[in-house]
Amino acid sequence: MSESLLEVRHLHASVGGNEILRGVDLTVGPGEVHAIMGPNGSGKSTLAHVLAGRPGYTVTEGEVLYRGRDLLAMLPEERAREGVFLAFQYPVEVPGVSNVYFLKAAVNAIRKHRGLPEYDAIEFLQLVKQRAKLVEIDEDLIKRPVNEGFSGGEKKRNEIFQMAVLDPALAILDETDSGLDIDALRIVASGVNQLRSAERSMIVVTHYQRLLNYIVPDFLHVLVEGRIVRSGGKELALELEEKGYAWLEKEPPAAVSAGSAR
Amino acid sequence: MEALATERGFVPRFVPVAGEAPALTELRRRAFRRFEELGFPTARNEAWRYTGIQTILATDWKPRARGLRPEFPLSAGVRIRPLSEALDVVEPHLAGIASFEDAAFAALNTALFDEAVVVEIERGAHVAEPIVLRFGGDPHQDPEVSFPRVFILGRAGSQASIVETYSGADRRLSDAVTEILLEDGAILEHTKLQTEGEETFHLHTLAARLSRDSRFTSHNVAFGSALARTDLHVTLAGRGAECHLYGLYAGRGRQHLDNHTVIDHAEPHCTSRELYKGILDDASRGVFHGKIIVRPDAQKTDAIQTNKNLILSREALVNSTPALEILADDVKCKHGSTTGQLDDKALFYLRSRGIGEADARALLTYAFAAEVAEHIPAASVRSAVERELGVRLGEREEIR
Repeated sequence: MSESLLEVRHLHASVGGNEILRGVDLTVGPGEVHAIMGPNGSGKSTLAHVLAGRPGYTVTEGEVLYRGRDLLAMLPEERAREGVFLAFQYPVEVPGVSNVYFLKAAVNAIRKHRGLPEYDAIEFLQLVKQRAKLVEIDEDLIKRPVNEGFSGGEKKRNEIFQMAVLDPALAILDETDSGLDIDALRIVASGVNQLRSAERSMIVVTHYQRLLNYIVPDFLHVLVEGRIVRSGGKELALELEEKGYAWLEKEPPAAVSAGSAR
Repeated sequence: MEALATERGFVPRFVPVAGEAPALTELRRRAFRRFEELGFPTARNEAWRYTGIQTILATDWKPRARGLRPEFPLSAGVRIRPLSEALDVVEPHLAGIASFEDAAFAALNTALFDEAVVVEIERGAHVAEPIVLRFGGDPHQDPEVSFPRVFILGRAGSQASIVETYSGADRRLSDAVTEILLEDGAILEHTKLQTEGEETFHLHTLAARLSRDSRFTSHNVAFGSALARTDLHVTLAGRGAECHLYGLYAGRGRQHLDNHTVIDHAEPHCTSRELYKGILDDASRGVFHGKIIVRPDAQKTDAIQTNKNLILSREALVNSTPALEILADDVKCKHGSTTGQLDDKALFYLRSRGIGEADARALLTYAFAAEVAEHIPAASVRSAVERELGVRLGEREEIR
């Protein structure tokens, strides 16, 4: 048990009084990539946001341990400093704040938290240049205000670029494939794959199997009506591709052992 | 005696200045008469609906022995003189640009200003360094009133940047008037930085008249005073003239910050852009009133006005009123006004990257102001504005 990075136990959560998550169990070990699939409204994005600490999402039951600590007790910024990263489905535009300035503030807040010396301007720019190549992001975009006027693809690329710079231990990718054409998808997926390592776990939330052709998960879970109803290996994705979600919607929730997928 | 004097409140008296040019004395008399006819504005006066001046009127303001004299540097291509030495140049326009017909405080200033400063940018001169006029003041006990007066003349084809700063923490009422006349093709950047103490009262009429193909950019920053009111009046009086008005007001405590702007498109083919932004914290109040007049002849007018307000606390309040008076038909005019709080989504986005909540709020507030502040041409003023914002937002090292 002590090996796992993240343990989600019987998690219930509501948004605006509506219960969305109805008992999610999920264990993610170091370096593992877990995909979470499910139909619209099944609670995939809610799970991602609850893990990142978005205000307005109320946990009513259950717990989440991150490196053995109570993740839900931490503020969003503390989670980030501890290594949790959420790539947003809809990245937010922040007019007046340049990407570089924003990222430097973020990196240094994280480094300070970890007792590391803050980067100076030169060190930081070297890091930025190097990571920018990974996702083939234009350096012009990096100087512009955060996401302002970016195309859908540029926004998603910027999310992965931020992930590359912030170097999280747990990256949650919320529908990173939505709205991407095939070329953009390939670039984003290649960036993500280059960031896979034994020190980094990922939770890839997606509606479509397509993304999993590029980012091949170690485990796949199907979320239906706020519960994980089926867990398996990557081959489960093909089964879903063939049969859709309907056949699972009638199934009872998966046993906890299957949900943990270990 | 003193208590009696205080109860009397503010009763200005007209005293002719010995040895002054007769034409000027006559102008002052007319202005004072007009002031007496108008009286101090009340809430029944539409332009003062949201800004009460009871506190000003309840105080027995003593005229300063010496007016708020500005300090200024000397630069090539610029002549800075007292009005008495430049009367021949200025007299035809004095009080003609900042009319006192409907403006009690402009009338009072015209009647009582102690010494006016005339800044003349010579024909074709390109003055690189900003010309800074500082209005400060010596420490004093009694409540004092002063009437600063500035006349700026940008000769044809000249280019300059002029900064007026108002600072000081005493019990003071400033009733200032700045008149600006730009000749054909003149370019002027005008910056006003008002950081007076939060016990002062600040009233300023700032009027500019733009001739053909001239360009006027105004940066109007208000941080200080218990009550600060700027009336900015720009007349586009020559074909092809252009004005850009940027305003930033940041209130806290119980500050009341009011900006009334009028852009008068009197001639065709003129362009105006206006962006005023307010940040209201605590129980402060902001007022923005932006009028655009397009006269019947002013075809091909292109005018855009925007007012945005950021409310940082429950008790802060803002009144924003755009007013368009369009009398020509072939024009492009747009206006918009928004008032709101910090964007929750943006706040969460920054926090999800490790930036603490207080810093994230400061960063977003700062970014809100930056859209205006970044245009200020004088680096010293820009950094003063950034510093002041930083202090107000309790900005930490982390996000520097």
